[in-house]
Amino acid sequence: MRLSNSRWLPVMVVLAAIILIWYVGAVWLNAGLVEQRLEQTGKEATAAEFAHIAFSLDRPVLPAPHQVAREFYESVFTRDITSPRSLVYHAEITGSATLVGFALGTLLGILLAVGIVSWRTLDRSLLPWIIASQTIPILAIAPMIIVVLGNIGLTGLMPKAVISMYLCFFPITIGMVKGLRSPDPLQLDLMRTYSATRGQVFRKLRWPASVAFLFTSLKVAIAISLVGAIVGELPTGAQGGLGARLLSGSYYGQTVQIWAALFMAALLGMVLVALVGVVERLTLRRMGAKP
Amino acid sequence: MQTLRTDTTMSADSLRPASREDNRPVAIDIRDLSLTFRTADAPVTALSNVDLQIRAGEFVSLIGPSGCGKTTLMRVMADLARPTSGHITVNGLSPEQARLARAYGYVFQAPALYPWRSVRRNLMLPLEIMGVPASEREARAARYLEMVGLKDFANKFPWQLSGGMQQRVSIARALSFEPKLLLMDEPFGALDEITRDHLNEQLLRLWEQTQKTVIFVTHSIPEAVFLSSRIVVMSPRPGRILEVIDCNLPPDRTLDVRETPEFLTIAHRVRVALRAGHSYDD
Repeated sequence: MRLSNSRWLPVMVVLAAIILIWYVGAVWLNAGLVEQRLEQTGKEATAAEFAHIAFSLDRPVLPAPHQVAREFYESVFTRDITSPRSLVYHAEITGSATLVGFALGTLLGILLAVGIVSWRTLDRSLLPWIIASQTIPILAIAPMIIVVLGNIGLTGLMPKAVISMYLCFFPITIGMVKGLRSPDPLQLDLMRTYSATRGQVFRKLRWPASVAFLFTSLKVAIAISLVGAIVGELPTGAQGGLGARLLSGSYYGQTVQIWAALFMAALLGMVLVALVGVVERLTLRRMGAKP
Repeated sequence: MQTLRTDTTMSADSLRPASREDNRPVAIDIRDLSLTFRTADAPVTALSNVDLQIRAGEFVSLIGPSGCGKTTLMRVMADLARPTSGHITVNGLSPEQARLARAYGYVFQAPALYPWRSVRRNLMLPLEIMGVPASEREARAARYLEMVGLKDFANKFPWQLSGGMQQRVSIARALSFEPKLLLMDEPFGALDEITRDHLNEQLLRLWEQTQKTVIFVTHSIPEAVFLSSRIVVMSPRPGRILEVIDCNLPPDRTLDVRETPEFLTIAHRVRVALRAGHSYDD
């Protein structure tokens, strides 16, 4: 009991501090709007009344936490999950693009790493391009990808998944190259004394040695993958997805809606990373990692 | 796929070979072997004009200070390093052919166990690579774990074992595919003295039982004298053989033999030879 207390207490203190600062910030940032309204109605307000108005504006500059919480609750739990007004509906769209992109990116990342580790020519010729690919701002290239893929008949989920893949293969390639090269000379010499083939060295030494590296990369990659899917929804005028929700919120000044969607995105990200973490723990335990 | 020998275990009471005048086949034949490493500043002569013949069934220790080339010499036998000049055959083959024929088991200074494999599966690693059928793999793993006294630890992972146990696993792993030749590079160097004594005794029994040829690198004089049928004393800069000392202690010896005059006489000879190699060094 005391152990769990000591673990949760710091987190809760930070949370309380954030909420407090948030409320103060909401009063401060919404002050202009509140004064406008008071002017229109010609009323005077006490500090408490002032704060109350600041926390209940329809389109505040910064909505109060409880406004966001209420919007989040209503759009998650009180609406039909197949309705475009439900956040679950949007999270599902973005989540599936994320997962497809993540799967493709993992595959591409691993294939590139295997190539780079196995053939010196690929190491020299490919790595600079891989690094260069990550220096291109995704916001600039995302519309191009969507236009090009749209022209060959790929619309909907696939273009977003491709953008996700484009972003998330990189950490996997880098992590896997490191992992596949991690066996020490002794472990490699041992294989040589058995006159093992290159394929056997790969399957029985390099691959298992890289698994821990792979999972570290996967946790980074799945979070990036989510960002990629959301970015992919922005320039398309997509009808569904958290990115579309963010965009429509900003068109109509629905700040409360934007914040609720942001929290949904954060929650989705945490759940995805946690899932990878669970698979990691199960896998590494089977591979004899210290608990 | 290489076929594996299964007839290695012989009765423990078979006689130990007398080291010189027997007519067993030559297991390792080294003539005028030199090896020079090219380094950034100056070439380093690791081995210079080494001549050595080792007969099948011998237990030969290579002893000398650090940098005398003893590990390099063993790596040449194992085809993990290439000589610059000279001739070497292992079981009548070139080292590379011998390696491809899986003629030897190599025990490294560190256990080099794969941390993601249980003890049992570490033992089966060479067998998997050599294409031994699964049922036979299990049988061999069980047999050799029993031999090194670790059958209760079969499903543990390496980190759950002490250093001495890990090294025993690595020895069992080298034995598991039943090579005629065992190359051991300071296998007990990192262990405490009590564990080391214990493993020395076990290794001696094992050698008597299996009649393997063992080449053993060490820098411990008592270890070399206790285990060996011959001791090759080497010296550094350049790495070369100073002296080869016969060492014929009774086959059924225990650690107590280290108190006997015969033992001390041989140990003294080794020490004198080692000192001779060092005299013009500093």
